[in-house]
Amino acid sequence: MTLSRNLINGPVKVVNVGLDSFANNLTSLGVANIHVEWRPPANGDPHLVRLLALIEQNIDVINTANQKAINRLLEAQPKLVDVKLAGDVIPGFERNMILHSGPPITWSKMCGPMRGAVIGALIYEGLADNAEQAEKLAASGEIKFAPCHEYSAVGPMSGIISASMPVFVVENEAAGNRAYSNFNEGLGKVLRFGANSPEIIERLRWIRDVLAPALRDAILACGGIDLKTLTAKALQMGDECHNRNLAATSLLIRTLMPALVKTYPPNKLEEVVSFLAKNDHFYLNISMAACKATLDAAHGIQGSTLVTAMARNGVEFGIRVSGLGNEWFTSPAPYVKGLYFPGYDDEDANPDLGDSAITETCGLGGFAMAAAPAIVQFVGGTPQDALNYTLEMYNITLTSNPAYTIPNLGFRSTPTGIDVLKVVETGINPIINTGIAHREAGVGQVGAGLVRAPMECFIAALRRLAEIILTVG
Amino acid sequence: MVIRWLIKPKMYQDSVKLMKLSSELSKQEGIKHASVIMATELNKSTLENIGMLVPEVAAANADDLAIIVASDTEKQAQKALELAEKLLNRAEVQQGETKQQSPKTLRSAVEALPGANLALISVPGIYAATEALKALNLGLNVHIFSDNVSLEDEVWLKQIGTKKGLLVMGPDCGTAIIDGVPLAFANVVSRGKIGIVGASGTGIQEATVLIERMGGGISHAIGTGGRDLLDEVGGQMMLLGIDLLENDPSTEVILLISKPAGPQTTKKILDRVKQCKKPVIVNLLKGDMNIIRSAGFVGAVTIEDAAYKAVALANGEEAVSIPETYWGDYSEQMAVLERQLCPNQRYIRGLFTGGTLADEAMVILSDIIGDIFSNIPLKPELKLPSARKSHKHTIVDLGDDEFTRGRPHPMIDPFPRNERLMQEYADPEVGVILCDVVTGYGSHADPAGELARAVARARDAYPSNNPAVIAFVCGTEADPQPLSEQVKVLEEEGIFVLPSNAEAARTAGRIIKLHENRRV
Repeated sequence: MTLSRNLINGPVKVVNVGLDSFANNLTSLGVANIHVEWRPPANGDPHLVRLLALIEQNIDVINTANQKAINRLLEAQPKLVDVKLAGDVIPGFERNMILHSGPPITWSKMCGPMRGAVIGALIYEGLADNAEQAEKLAASGEIKFAPCHEYSAVGPMSGIISASMPVFVVENEAAGNRAYSNFNEGLGKVLRFGANSPEIIERLRWIRDVLAPALRDAILACGGIDLKTLTAKALQMGDECHNRNLAATSLLIRTLMPALVKTYPPNKLEEVVSFLAKNDHFYLNISMAACKATLDAAHGIQGSTLVTAMARNGVEFGIRVSGLGNEWFTSPAPYVKGLYFPGYDDEDANPDLGDSAITETCGLGGFAMAAAPAIVQFVGGTPQDALNYTLEMYNITLTSNPAYTIPNLGFRSTPTGIDVLKVVETGINPIINTGIAHREAGVGQVGAGLVRAPMECFIAALRRLAEIILTVG
Repeated sequence: MVIRWLIKPKMYQDSVKLMKLSSELSKQEGIKHASVIMATELNKSTLENIGMLVPEVAAANADDLAIIVASDTEKQAQKALELAEKLLNRAEVQQGETKQQSPKTLRSAVEALPGANLALISVPGIYAATEALKALNLGLNVHIFSDNVSLEDEVWLKQIGTKKGLLVMGPDCGTAIIDGVPLAFANVVSRGKIGIVGASGTGIQEATVLIERMGGGISHAIGTGGRDLLDEVGGQMMLLGIDLLENDPSTEVILLISKPAGPQTTKKILDRVKQCKKPVIVNLLKGDMNIIRSAGFVGAVTIEDAAYKAVALANGEEAVSIPETYWGDYSEQMAVLERQLCPNQRYIRGLFTGGTLADEAMVILSDIIGDIFSNIPLKPELKLPSARKSHKHTIVDLGDDEFTRGRPHPMIDPFPRNERLMQEYADPEVGVILCDVVTGYGSHADPAGELARAVARARDAYPSNNPAVIAFVCGTEADPQPLSEQVKVLEEEGIFVLPSNAEAARTAGRIIKLHENRRV
């Protein structure tokens, strides 16, 4: 038998769970201790308390699986390697297919911005001549709608990707898997917010015919761009790589510039560079693809409670969990709490939308808010609030990512890898920094702010985990 | 509607700050619309869409700041513009507090305190088992102070603990001293050679305190919780505790403080003790000393006796029973107190906060004055019909579940005993009131003061009844409530303070006996 030699021979170090006076006594005696700010788990819901207790009895299996998942997550080396058309590069992509953000949804249930974007995509693909035809086609059942996430892809807001749209190809060099994202068109009237007028289609074609090839050549000439390093630098410069990409976009342009100058005809270079220079969010889609490539490598590990996707389609919020295959756990999409651009208010807002919460799932965005204190002003907060949001997230993550550090927290690594168990146990909802879309197609972004991932998704995932573990175990 | 605007050339502001300003202005009285923007093409087209683009703003450049408001009256619009200027010029130093981020879960706590090796758990009973399991899964020893944990949960938690070689002290474990660190309810005692494993909280406290007073010291005191020796649990932690102390270099003598044990478990423990390389003293309160003696161990009926023998062994002396007059000869004081009693003041009433102390008092008193009624009686036929009403000689354990449901333990909250003391004082047949005063970490900040004031109030209320009040203080000079001060407070109120629970019980019994003899 092994004995508690550590206790008897080493200095006593106490974790106090319950009466704080016991901890105070230890402190007054100079004994090392830490007091847990304990609350009944799962807000005291008796059924969940029982499930958590049963799961705790099988925690070894989960810990082993999670360790494997965490290793894959932390070892990931996302690299921007190419730009190609979605239909040519995304495995399983079909001609009549349209990918969208969030969990699965049918045409009839889609929110305004997503419908607008689908119409735009069908016109762009030449499958319809006008909005009326496009709507008819979309409703006909001939178009196959599927979540980006199920095709290794991600897209902000409506996340619409059709066959002839160019996508960034990000390869995780550690595991060999790839992820894809569409191009960021800038702010204002853009497809991802459901705009589909002729000038929008025109811009999409320009992106395909001018911007994409230019970037492709430059990326290939660079031998690819290491996104882990780029993201790490941007965090040190005040980005959190979801709602603030100013530094990352600048770094990206700086990295590409020598190659662009070499590979692209000077007379056309100006329009490409100005487009990039005007778009503070250009890096967002690349950041998302890097996160997707990272998390997909950690997906599909039996017994793991790691969340590998959080995504919204403007109607539902959904999550996927490493150990639970391709199942989505959903609940109604919440509204974002934030600030509005001039002329807009709560009435105009669409419920939470887009795959961009993949950044939070990967330990960026809201989880790295301490790195980007400017962001917190969206909800009238202070730089200290930014620190608090990040600090709070350590309670629900499995690890922290040494590749990404936060100067304001003494270069502490960012909280990374959301754990379904910890979310339900603590009742702490993951925090997400995000933009607010207008509920009508084509108006665009009307604000930005913070939203919490709804607890119901995590509870549903926990129930499924319990079913599996308790029947197997 | 009036539209008014203000342009601040070449004044760059962060868009988030501008959005905040816009929203503040919008909230002003009479304001229909407010935009504070950098005059970029995108922003200008937004203004145009909502009919707010005035030519001056249209002509402004992207690095110019523009404020546009729409309201019912000129006055409201001007006021809003003034406010905007004020807000823009305000040196915005926002204060905020970084919340002290205590960990929210045991797991986060362990990450935050590297090397943590013990979890002290005092959450409500229904949650305690899972928290304990988490601690065990994280490789921590566990002290479960919580009660209301099912016996079933206790059994499997202890099985896991035994398998991992981790202590599971409790549930319902009131005290422990590990490596000199007092946990939950515990007294501050010197380090020394005597290791204790005990199933009783106040039993361990009394043992550590008396060992200190007798000049000894404690290596570790491991609580097992009161049910550990039931056959269902099988003494798992008593056994692990013996293993630990046997292998612990700082421990030379082991003292076991038992509670009534299951027959199989008694045998198991005694078989284990037989194999022990270090001398073991077994205190079986209410138990059959013959079992211990026939097995060839040093036994002790009272905790006082156990402490005495342990100190003797630790000093390399022979373990003999504590002498009758070890603490002194109190016959004179007893005589004085007895003479003050009226003939009908013939009963004793013990009001205890410590269960084991109440048990020990009953064992001692039964030998002197016969049957003692109680809510935790020695024999079933001596059970009080109502715990709240005394009958003849009575000892009550005020820490029993019946009294503590929904309120703090009487070691923390003196109110229930104060109330009961008044009730006993009112009874003209009461000759002696016997009380324990338990100090140390976890206990009330001034339990002696509380008792003294309660006695004073009772005397005022019933001046004609004048029972003898006898107490002892289970505490040490190093406790947060220093022993000498606690004793002084009691003595100033005319309370007779004895040095041990056993001595207090004996003295109380002898006064009653003296009185009985005088009446006859």
